[in-house]
Amino acid sequence: MENKIIEKHNMASFINKLINSDTKIIGPKRKDGKYAFDKIADASELCLDYDTTLLPPKMYLLPPKETLITFKLEKEYKVEPVMEDKSVILFGVHPHDIKAIEFLDAAFSATNADSNYLCRREKITIIGVDCLNPNPNAFCASLGTAIAETGFDLLLTDIGDSYVVTIGSSKGKGLLREYAETREASQAELAQRDIERQKALANYKVTLKMPPEEIPKLLDKSWDSPVFEEKSEKCLNCGSCVMVCPTCFCFDVQDDVALNLKQGERYRQWDACMLTDFALVAGGANFREDKKSRLRHRMYRKGKYSWERYGKLDCVGCGRCASACLAEIASPAEIFNLLKEENK
Amino acid sequence: MITQAITQTSIYLPQLAELIKVKSIAEREKLFEFKLQDVEELGHKPGQFVEISLFGVGEMPVSVSSSPTRKGSFELAARNAGSVSNALHNLTEGATVGIRGPFGKGFPLESLKGKDILVVAGGIGLFPLRSLINYILDKRDEFGRLIILSGCRTPRERVFVNELGQWQKRQDVELLETVDRGDEEWTGNVGMITTLFSKVTVAPQNTFATVVGPPVMYKFVVAECKKKGLRDEQILLSLERRMKCGVGKCGHCQINGVYVCQEGPVFTYTQIRELKEAT
Repeated sequence: MENKIIEKHNMASFINKLINSDTKIIGPKRKDGKYAFDKIADASELCLDYDTTLLPPKMYLLPPKETLITFKLEKEYKVEPVMEDKSVILFGVHPHDIKAIEFLDAAFSATNADSNYLCRREKITIIGVDCLNPNPNAFCASLGTAIAETGFDLLLTDIGDSYVVTIGSSKGKGLLREYAETREASQAELAQRDIERQKALANYKVTLKMPPEEIPKLLDKSWDSPVFEEKSEKCLNCGSCVMVCPTCFCFDVQDDVALNLKQGERYRQWDACMLTDFALVAGGANFREDKKSRLRHRMYRKGKYSWERYGKLDCVGCGRCASACLAEIASPAEIFNLLKEENK
Repeated sequence: MITQAITQTSIYLPQLAELIKVKSIAEREKLFEFKLQDVEELGHKPGQFVEISLFGVGEMPVSVSSSPTRKGSFELAARNAGSVSNALHNLTEGATVGIRGPFGKGFPLESLKGKDILVVAGGIGLFPLRSLINYILDKRDEFGRLIILSGCRTPRERVFVNELGQWQKRQDVELLETVDRGDEEWTGNVGMITTLFSKVTVAPQNTFATVVGPPVMYKFVVAECKKKGLRDEQILLSLERRMKCGVGKCGHCQINGVYVCQEGPVFTYTQIRELKEAT
């Protein structure tokens, strides 16, 4: 892959030129002592050395609430699809979140390609940044998601006074050519990038006690494990683990009508298999009525079902669920490790 | 947020359909006949379902009750059980609804051809099975015996009573009915649907069972089918889940790793016995 160098003192000018190019720039900003993705109005707002954001950048691909169709309930019904295709640059996305977007791409383009997702996705540019300061709940190093080789247009690595820029696409290359002051990267600088990445790998505090490809097999043997019962007893059924997850994509579909009762819209919004009524059907049957079955379902989706369906794990080890969970039961790493213990 | 309506095909855009006929078929159940505005045929197979839109109320999955051999329109039967089905029940002829689909895998007609078919319907499980029954009756010489076991809780809850009567009269249909609890007028069988099995003989090598009913019924009916000598792959069941999107995305209908709206709703028992959440 081709690499360039942007000096740190030139970074602000690159970002501001992008902002002035009339493309919406979304990146991590400080928010109440933490970080959150938001619109960047000036380069000074962007924090590229963040540990993790409260929510992943998923909301820019799959908004929390999204109109699918609009309808007019006049004499002649009129129903129209709504699809959004506004150019957005996601600036400062960590490798695990890049991997999560690759997972969403796979899920939404599989059989019955999701028109709304793909339409939006096409207009999104991803400028990643290596995560050198991992969140204490993260276990990306164990899942192989701490370093991204694909899935970005550009990827930055902080090597001190400058950033190494890995070029991932012709779109990325074009942005550099047009808006950034770059120079060639030396062998020493590329070596420094690799050193920084290795140092970061050593900073992950949570480790999985198995290689990721072993997780589906482990789950094959763990259906009746008491771990799910024990952990789920504390579950508050709040769904926070799902809401902060970069790969969870289940949704609910609802209709809304305007007050004049003449027009309305159908929208989808994030939903969570950890909420009590997720598997409820009309007539009252609830196919995942107890906490145990809901927690188990979430873990099996993370570690087995998606692996079988899309060839990818449904977890990138970002640790957000573990950080968000008030009952401290949400970490897939912890549960997989307990199951591994049992299966020794 | 700027949203823009574009003409690119959306998998969430329903086709419009007109309600051309509605009739009550039991206390809480009605049959609705629809005609699509822009295309002639729905193009479904027995056992498949559609998502029906009551614009402003929502969308719900509902199995198709008519056979694809009956051209020009299609029928959906629904119990008034939730907000969308309630709104559907309030519609009058001429009303416009949205339709997406058909979705999912229906009954494997190619495997069923030439075989004896044992239809087992619990309650409104007869809704999707009526599509299969009428398909078989319309192509009667392509199938072997047609045995229908139909059960519901009380005589008042029987659905498609007229059609049951017509099927009863036919020489090429063996229909047995039962109710869990009888009333003064009921002179037929009383007992669970499983009690009907002892009244029929089947040729196990040449028979497929097609079973639709409430979740609680399946394990007992499967056991009866096995007692008759049917192998797991000869037992076909349709599962009900909350299929909100119909296209394998929203996650609501998932049973273990399976999306019912994609791999189902009709499964062989061979497939189902591997699904821990379904058994």
